[in-house]
Amino acid sequence: MTSDDLVALRLTLALACTTTILLLLIGTPIAWWLARTRSRLKGPIAAVVALPLVLPPTVLGFYLLVILGPNGPIGELTLALGLGVLPFSFPGLVVASVFYSMPFVVQPIQNAFEAIGDRPLEAAATLRAGAIDRFFTVAVPLARPGFMSASILGFAHTVGEFGVVLMIGGNIPGKTRVISVQIYDHVEALEYAQAHWLAGGLLAFSFLVLLVLYTLNPSRRKGL
Amino acid sequence: MKWSSRAALSLSAFLFLPSAAHADEVQVAVAANFTALIQAIAPEFEKTTGHKIVAIFGSTGKFYAQIKNGAPFEVLLAADEATPVKLEKEGAAVAGTRFTYAVGKLVLWSANPTIVDVAGEVLKTGRFRHLSIANPKLAPYGAAAVETLKALGLLDAVQSRLAQAETIVQAHQFVATGNAELGFVALSQVLKEGKLAAGSAWVVPLGLYTPIRQDAVILEKGRGKAAAEALMKYLKSDKAMAVIKSYGYGL
Repeated sequence: MTSDDLVALRLTLALACTTTILLLLIGTPIAWWLARTRSRLKGPIAAVVALPLVLPPTVLGFYLLVILGPNGPIGELTLALGLGVLPFSFPGLVVASVFYSMPFVVQPIQNAFEAIGDRPLEAAATLRAGAIDRFFTVAVPLARPGFMSASILGFAHTVGEFGVVLMIGGNIPGKTRVISVQIYDHVEALEYAQAHWLAGGLLAFSFLVLLVLYTLNPSRRKGL
Repeated sequence: MKWSSRAALSLSAFLFLPSAAHADEVQVAVAANFTALIQAIAPEFEKTTGHKIVAIFGSTGKFYAQIKNGAPFEVLLAADEATPVKLEKEGAAVAGTRFTYAVGKLVLWSANPTIVDVAGEVLKTGRFRHLSIANPKLAPYGAAAVETLKALGLLDAVQSRLAQAETIVQAHQFVATGNAELGFVALSQVLKEGKLAAGSAWVVPLGLYTPIRQDAVILEKGRGKAAAEALMKYLKSDKAMAVIKSYGYGL
């Protein structure tokens, strides 16, 4: 692998880690609300969260290009704040990845919270545990398999992200040239050997990560 | 036999009637920058010859890979000269059918009417955040843009601000949405009826880059096909050449 490829690999991993962590922070409250609420907004909000599942990535990428650009609402905001525009930058990719991978993180966590049911939380409440206490000491540990799935899915989905990055990335080495675009470029330029090496390496790495995570995943049936 | 089955049988016989001998379709792989033009030429072509153009748009590099792997294209309208030559050498194109159907002109364009001056000095001042070009490895217009920057001695200075698009159409998209303040695109993309449709532009002097000769060629799958040969003939006709010139191409 050339140094170009290593830079792309490092960038991809940085993007995937950043996106996954951000999504766990943003997605957990959303998942908790969706799991516990009885409000009439539950349906619409759940549908909006799931939208990136059905939108073609290039379509999502194109509209992000317009919205985040200087003529779009968010672009005008970032310009007014002196931040420039988000497309063609790493933060722009993070924003796009957060949108794109949101359902993959929110839904497993939401399912895990729903599976807990009311009983353990009610029991904790009778033992004088406050709401925050109940959340962190009862709900989160019981939802651990959901968090694992969410992290793995969010990470993997961002590593494989292509259409969105293609539309708003600009293929800038060291900033937005991620592995998926690098492989695509190698194939387009008929540099098949490099493409094979990169794709194979990515496959091996992903397999190892998944193997380790699934082996260590404590959700084996042990009694609880 | 039930009347419905008889009706169905007789109706299906019409499916097997040979269609009129001259009304055929030709599958054409068209370089992205020629999109608007082929759409402008197609109706006249159909009226004149009776054949229909089925156009697929994309980057020349991608078409090469697809053609080598059995894509059903019959004619290739490439954005460069090198790819048709390569295909001819490798036996994937019909020898003797290759010709230059247009000469592309490079232009530095901005959607903002105040940014680009008529002499292209804006490049030297560096007062822009992003400059959009097509990927030079894959698109001839991108390679020409890099040549121009090198000739002006500005490549190193702007390197960190280049936003690379996969095709010339996407390069234009980056500029049109304002995400790149300016970019190197094809003249044909910004002209409308011979005038600049919007924004500001600098037509890059021909001496700064290798002429972008765009060649057309009949592919193996189109060998002997009347519709393919008719298209090549039509592209050489005065009517077609006039339209091509009016879109900002040289000949």
